Amino acid sequence: MSTTPLLQVRDITHYYGARIGCRDVSFDLYPGEVMGIVGESGSGKSTLLGCLAGQLAPDAGEVLFDTRSDGLRDTLKMSEPERRMLSRTDWAFVHQHARDGLRMGVSAGGNVGERLMAVGARHYGDIRDQAVDWLGRVEIPADRVDDRPTAFSGGMQQRLQIARNLVTGPRLVFMDEPTGGLDVSVQARLLDLLRGLVREMGLSAIIVTHDLAVVRLLADRLMVMKDGHVVETGLTDQVLDDPQHGYTQLLVSSVLQV
Amino acid sequence: MIEIDTVSKQFTLHNQGGAVIPVMQGARLSVAPGECVALTGSSGAGKSTLMRMIYGNYLAASGRIMVGGVDVARAEPREILALRRETLGYVSQFLRVVPRVPTIEVVAEPLLALGRQREEAMDRARDLLARLNIPERLWSLSPTTFSGGEQQRVNIARGFAHAYPALLLDEPTASLDAANRETVLCLIDEAKARGAAIVGIFHDEEARAHVCDREIDVSVFTPKAA
Repeated sequence: MSTTPLLQVRDITHYYGARIGCRDVSFDLYPGEVMGIVGESGSGKSTLLGCLAGQLAPDAGEVLFDTRSDGLRDTLKMSEPERRMLSRTDWAFVHQHARDGLRMGVSAGGNVGERLMAVGARHYGDIRDQAVDWLGRVEIPADRVDDRPTAFSGGMQQRLQIARNLVTGPRLVFMDEPTGGLDVSVQARLLDLLRGLVREMGLSAIIVTHDLAVVRLLADRLMVMKDGHVVETGLTDQVLDDPQHGYTQLLVSSVLQV
Repeated sequence: MIEIDTVSKQFTLHNQGGAVIPVMQGARLSVAPGECVALTGSSGAGKSTLMRMIYGNYLAASGRIMVGGVDVARAEPREILALRRETLGYVSQFLRVVPRVPTIEVVAEPLLALGRQREEAMDRARDLLARLNIPERLWSLSPTTFSGGEQQRVNIARGFAHAYPALLLDEPTASLDAANRETVLCLIDEAKARGAAIVGIFHDEEARAHVCDREIDVSVFTPKAA
């Protein structure tokens, strides 16, 4: 078992004016671990994700990442070019709305290929081969490679976004409601795909969602947030089957049975 | 292999007036390699609760639950996950799977998670599914639409795919016909013969008598109403 965490988060705090976004959040994430963050709207889960992924500047705290070249670095203290490089290589971010993570005016193949070029790939044939290979992995037929994402269904757009994010072989993936707004049948397919990719690539991931069924299937560990605070953490099935905090008990008991 | 010492458990229902329900106190249990111990006691006595605590699915309020050198009552999530991957198997009463995943993959998954070769994992899965009489035409389908008995057998096949040194079985012979019941008892005997420590819940008294070396009545651990 690996003993060095990939990500160490210490006392992350973010305020919106006088209101708390998230406060004093700390945890370690190990290589290959998938952590879910759940809570209702306004609980601070997306704020936290933004702070971790470098999209929001926290008011306090540290986000230490075990970089490939220089070992442990506080990503909040990195220079802007360094952080941008990190977010194109070791990190990936899957947005809830695929259009936020895709270039809608560029073909599907171009969306994937662009990422490869950003990390230095130059050979057109290789880039196209890799793009087609990745579109295949996310079950987008090869004959759609030259179509723009605007011509894709919501589920296909989301799968394209995943391909674009994973093509560079990241080690840590941030996901914000990756199955939100999709039909359940499309969701199931996407979950199956994500699980397979996480296992094959040994990815670590942090998934923000309000869907408890999604975290049960995808996440090893769970963090429950309320009003910007972490109220409970633990093994996913333990937190869902034997919740300790009143708020988690409320969340779990509020799920509609099908 | 499995060593439980003075384990207690209570449920606190925060949304029902903070009611505290003590369900277990001073639970002790020890299972050696190659031994099968049955948990007995009436419904509600805490058999499943104790089993879930051993698996780390329920949090113990106090005490020690040692499985293969790891104290499940105190371990980090990743330690429990590693334990479940390598050492501790659990056949629950209900199959829970990702929709769309074929039955054969469901059964092979524990071996793939351990990094075994795909062919080896698939061979083992095919062997178990055949032994448990799941028709071959169903292997490529998701088990979500299977009958209760078929799902139960897929669950058992999955639980026995890897040769876990410790195994928890919750009603493994319930809702099975005579032939399949025989196969399951045979699988349990084989696991014992290779040295697995097993804790089981069997309402089927004949099955219990056949595979279990000892019985532990968990109602002894039920807290007396004050």
